[in-house]
Amino acid sequence: MSKDETLGEALRRQGVTRRGFLKFCAATASMMALPPSMVPVIAAALESARRPSVIWLSFQECTGCTESLTRSHSPTVEGLIFDSISLDYHHTLQAASGSAAEAARETAMEENHGKYILVVDGSIPTDNPGYSTIAGISNRDMLEDAAKGAAAIVSVGTCAAFGGIPAAKPNPTGAVSVSDLVHDKPIINVPGCPPIPVVITGVLAHYLTFGTIPELDDLKRPKAYYGKSIHDRCYRRPFYDKGLFAETFDDEGARKGWCLYKLGCKGPTTYNACATVKWNEGTSFPIESGHPCLGCSEPGFWDGGSFYRAISTPTEDLSKAAVYAVGAGAVAGVALGAMNRAKKQKSVDAHEKVTIDDLDKEK
Amino acid sequence: MQTELETAMLNVELGDALTYNVKPLLHEIRHALAKLLNDEGPTVIDLRSLPLAPGEEEKLLNTLGHGEVHASLNALGPTEVVETGYPGVWVVRHYNTDREVIGKFIEVCDIPDLLRSQQDDIREGLEQLQSELA
Repeated sequence: MSKDETLGEALRRQGVTRRGFLKFCAATASMMALPPSMVPVIAAALESARRPSVIWLSFQECTGCTESLTRSHSPTVEGLIFDSISLDYHHTLQAASGSAAEAARETAMEENHGKYILVVDGSIPTDNPGYSTIAGISNRDMLEDAAKGAAAIVSVGTCAAFGGIPAAKPNPTGAVSVSDLVHDKPIINVPGCPPIPVVITGVLAHYLTFGTIPELDDLKRPKAYYGKSIHDRCYRRPFYDKGLFAETFDDEGARKGWCLYKLGCKGPTTYNACATVKWNEGTSFPIESGHPCLGCSEPGFWDGGSFYRAISTPTEDLSKAAVYAVGAGAVAGVALGAMNRAKKQKSVDAHEKVTIDDLDKEK
Repeated sequence: MQTELETAMLNVELGDALTYNVKPLLHEIRHALAKLLNDEGPTVIDLRSLPLAPGEEEKLLNTLGHGEVHASLNALGPTEVVETGYPGVWVVRHYNTDREVIGKFIEVCDIPDLLRSQQDDIREGLEQLQSELA
């Protein structure tokens, strides 16, 4: 496919009729979470859209995001979107390897300087660059180099967007997110562990269609997919509102499909499209399958407390806090604060400073 | 002799307290039909943008039922278009070539646009016919 061809011309050349194209636009509008009234606008925009070059860099990642994306759920639509971008570099998917692959990347970056989309999955280690390298180039150097000529950067997955699992305590590699390192380019965060496939393609489709970045929230996530919490869109919400909760995974409440709040559901603090778009082409999502939401599209979710203890569970045993409350005549919340401060003071007092003598002793 | 899986499946009960999205959607369709009669144009509802509980979509579509028209298209994969028991209310289901759902819409209109022959396609067909007859 020639790079100068518009998307409309490319589709027509592949034998796609106007009717087929309209179906494609309707499915794309649905994928981009845009109202059906936008279909004529999308049709007009896609017809004259040109193929952007896309460079995909994979850093400290598990490849789950690429896997999610390549479960091509609608190969016709998403396949067409991918046929219409020029995926110039993706070291898992591309046929080339070694120096040929790196040469392809450098050529693409040069030829499309200022215009290519940079997609990143995986976090970037800042502690020792040797923790993660590609062709001998550290992730950090490759990112900073590629970011220079990018029109926009899409951080796919919670690792690239917020640090993800590599950044979980104690963060041995000094893993950081893309936005921690790049400050002078527009960044779109598409978090999730992994993100829903249509969310990834929807963001690319948006750029392809409109040439602009979709509206983002304060964590740089597209509002179309991350604008509402799981809790606000969950079909089990009426059970929450009525106080009907499953207490264990096999009790009557669980069988009846009641709210999973008490089993640790992070739905109230998690923003993602799982409750409406769902997974596996709309089959289901964790809560519908009986498992509480993990909150995987939020920063620091690996360190956010047990997956199986309710969000409202305090950090200390409440019975102890009650004793403090009685003693000090304080409200439970203040008591928790007092307990924590007492603990901190104890540990500060217990802290032994290491002196040069201690180190000499070890010799 | 039941397998463990079969026993597990029998224990999953569908609560009768489903979310009540069916009635509001039917009302939305009611308003859309009134709009259509009033020459205010068609309405399209994307079923995949709504948080429907398991079984609700089925309930909604069963309520709407089947009317006089069933059309099958083959453009980039199959598409099924059905006029429901309520004239003017159409259900359009888009599938890709692997029979996976890529779009589900309720269209309140006199005919879904996709069923119409498109100008560009007609033009190409005419050119083809002209060259065949030449």
